[in-house]
Amino acid sequence: MKRVLSICWKDLIITLNDRSALVFMLLAPFLLTLGLGLVTGSFSTSSSGSLEDIPVMVVNHDDGQMGQILIDVLFSEDLATLLEPQLTDDEDAARQAVKSQDAYAAVIIPAGFSENMLLGDVESIALVPLVEVYSNPGAPISASIVQSIVSEVVNQMYTRRVSLSVTIGGLMATGRLDASQKEAFTTEMAGRLGGQQESTSLVTVNVNQGEPEEQVNYLAYLAPGMAVLFLMYTVTQGSRSLLMERSMGTLQRMLTTPTRSVEVLGGKLLSIFVTGLLQMVVLVAGSGLLFGLDWGSPIGVILLLVAVVAAATGWGILLASVARSASQVSSIGTAMMLLFGILGGTFIPASMFSEPVRLLGKLTPNAWAMDGFTLLATGGTLTDLVPSLLALLGLTVVLFGLAVGLSRKRWASGFLK
Amino acid sequence: MAGNILIAKDLKKSYGDLEAVKGVSFSILEGEIFSLLGPNGAGKTTTISMLCCLLEPTAGEAEIGGHSIAKEPMDVKRLIGVVPQDLALYEALTASQNLVFWGQMYGMGGQALKNRIVEVLEQVGLSDRANSRVDTFSGGMKRRLNIAVGLMHKPSLLFMDEPTVGIDPQSRRNILDMVKDLRSQGMTVLYTTHYMEEAEELADRVGIIDHGQLIALGTQKELTHLVGEMETLRLHFNEDESTADLLSKFEKVPGVKAASATDHQIILTVADASDVLPEVMNASAAAGVRIRSIDIQEPNLESVFLHLTGRALRN
Repeated sequence: MKRVLSICWKDLIITLNDRSALVFMLLAPFLLTLGLGLVTGSFSTSSSGSLEDIPVMVVNHDDGQMGQILIDVLFSEDLATLLEPQLTDDEDAARQAVKSQDAYAAVIIPAGFSENMLLGDVESIALVPLVEVYSNPGAPISASIVQSIVSEVVNQMYTRRVSLSVTIGGLMATGRLDASQKEAFTTEMAGRLGGQQESTSLVTVNVNQGEPEEQVNYLAYLAPGMAVLFLMYTVTQGSRSLLMERSMGTLQRMLTTPTRSVEVLGGKLLSIFVTGLLQMVVLVAGSGLLFGLDWGSPIGVILLLVAVVAAATGWGILLASVARSASQVSSIGTAMMLLFGILGGTFIPASMFSEPVRLLGKLTPNAWAMDGFTLLATGGTLTDLVPSLLALLGLTVVLFGLAVGLSRKRWASGFLK
Repeated sequence: MAGNILIAKDLKKSYGDLEAVKGVSFSILEGEIFSLLGPNGAGKTTTISMLCCLLEPTAGEAEIGGHSIAKEPMDVKRLIGVVPQDLALYEALTASQNLVFWGQMYGMGGQALKNRIVEVLEQVGLSDRANSRVDTFSGGMKRRLNIAVGLMHKPSLLFMDEPTVGIDPQSRRNILDMVKDLRSQGMTVLYTTHYMEEAEELADRVGIIDHGQLIALGTQKELTHLVGEMETLRLHFNEDESTADLLSKFEKVPGVKAASATDHQIILTVADASDVLPEVMNASAAAGVRIRSIDIQEPNLESVFLHLTGRALRN
C-alpha cells in the first residue's frame, strides 16, 4: 500500500508542477461558467438567482376567441412575475428581438387558430403545430418555460375540442342529432366552448418563486456541468500519464523494483481519482464563493462528487487500457470529453434531447452528475440522490472491470516492452 | 573466494519468428565488472530485461543471488539495481524528489532514505543540484542522476545498460570513473556497451554478443588470444575519398585475415603489419585513393570482434 501511495503522491506533485494543466483543470471551468453565465444572462437575474421577468414577444394573427385566450393567459396576473410579455403585430420584429436576445422567446399565434381549433377535423388538429414558440438557444430554460405554458394552454383547448367531437358523435349515434343539424350544432357548441374559456383559469402554472427549494438558477446548472466536463479532461490526462510513463521508461523501471504491476496500476488509479476529486472540490467550493451558488446538501454533494469522480476515473482507465500511445489518449480523450459534455447535458439540457440520445447520455458520468447536482441544488434529499449514486456506482464497477481485464491481458502480452 | 552472483543458462527470447536472444549462458562473480559488448541490436538490452524480470524468457533460466528470475522475481528485484539505457526520470520533479520516489519503490523510508539521498547525490556529483528540477539538467547530469537512482538501495548487482550513450566526452569520463569507484566499493556490475574502449577500461571479463548469441567470453587477455598475434591496421581516408572498391582489393592482399570499412576508415586484421603495409599502400595508390593516416594496434576487443564476425563493432 505504501508504494501505491508513493506513486499517487508523485503524480500529484507532477500535476501541481504543471501550470498549463492547472489552468485547464481549475481556471478554464470558472472562465467558461462565467462566460456562459454572461451570455445567457444568468447574472442579470435577481440576486437569489431565480428566473423572473422572462422577456417574451407575443404575435397574434388570429382574430378569434382562442388566440385571445392564449394571450390572456400569457398576460395574466398569475404569470406577471415570471413573464414580461410584449404584444406586437410585427412578426419579423418579434423574431429579430429573439435573435438579438432582447427577448428569450416569441409566441406566434397563426391566423385561423381559433377556427382550426373549434371547427377543424380532430385528427388534423393533432398533426399540425398550432402555435409556434420561437426561442433563443442561449436561454434554454427560459425558452422551455414559455414553451411549457403555451403547450399547456393549447393542450387543454385540444382536450375540450376532442370532448366536443365525442359528444357530437354520441348524439348522432343515438339519433338525437342528424347530419343536417351537425354543422349548426358544432358551431353553436364551439361558440359556447370559446365562451367558457374566457377565464384564464383554464391553465395553472405553479411558479413558487418565494420558495428557495424550487428556484431555478442556470448558473447552478452551468457550474456542475463545466466542472464535470473538465473532470473528464483531468482523468484523460491521468490515463495519458500512464502511457507517458511507458514511453519514458519509468513504468518499466518501476517494474524492475520490488513493486507489483497491480501496485503500479493501483497507484496510477488512485492518483487519477484523487486529482479529480481535488479538482471537483476546488470547483464546487470556488463556484459557491464566486457565483454565490448553493449546491445543496453537503453530504449529498460529497457523496455525489466521490461517485462522479470514480465513474470518470473508470472511463479514464478504460481509455488507457485500449489506447496504444499517449498521443492517442490525448486525441480520443479530447473527443470523449466534448462528446460526454454534449450527451451529458453540459451545454444543452438533456431534457431537450430525443429519447435515444438521452439514453445514450446515461453512459456518461456527466448525465448522472447533472441529474444529481440539479436535484441537490433544488432541495433534493439523500434519498432522492440514491438512483444517481447507484447508477454511477454501477458505471464505475463495469468500467473498472473492463479496464482491469483489458490491462491484464495487455501487460501479459508484453505491452510494456 | 567469490561465488557467482548471477548464473544465466541458455536464455532465449523470441517475438514471433524473430529470435532476439538465441540461448545466452554466462555467469558473473561477486565484485567483478562484467561487460556485454556488442553492436546495436545485438540483444544486450533484451538480455538485461530478462535478467531484471521485466521480460519473461521464452526459454532458459537465470538465478541472481540464488533466486530464480522466473519463480522468485521479487527476491531478485530486491537484489538488483537497474540503470536503463533511456533516461527513466521524472523531469518535472527535482533530483531529490526523484530519489525519494525511487527509494520508496525499493521499500526505503524515513531517515535512512534521507541519508542515502545525500550519499548518492554526493557520489554522482549532484549535491549542489539536489533541489533543481531535472528538466533544467544537462544530458550528462541526467545520466548521472539516472545512475544514482539505480544505486539508491545499495544493490548487490547493478545492471548498467549503455549508460554513456549520447553524452559529451567529459560526462562520459565522469561516468566511467564512477563505475570504477563502484568496483572499488565491491559492487558487482553488469555493464553493456557497444564502445570497445569502455569494455577494455572497465571490465574484468567481457562477453561479446552479436545477433542474439554470445560468441566469445573471457578476460580481455583470453579474448585477444583468440586472434593470436594478429595486429589491427587502421587506415584513415579523407571524407571525399571513395573507399568502396578498396575493401575488396585489400581483402586479396596476402597476410590480410579480415577487413571491414566504417566511417572513412578501413580496418584490417593482419598477421604482420610491416609485411602487409607496402602492398596496401600500392593498392591504394593504384585505385587513386590517398591514405590520410595509418594506425597500427596490438590485438584488442575490436580486432576480436572483427575476427569473429568479419564486421567492425560499430557497423
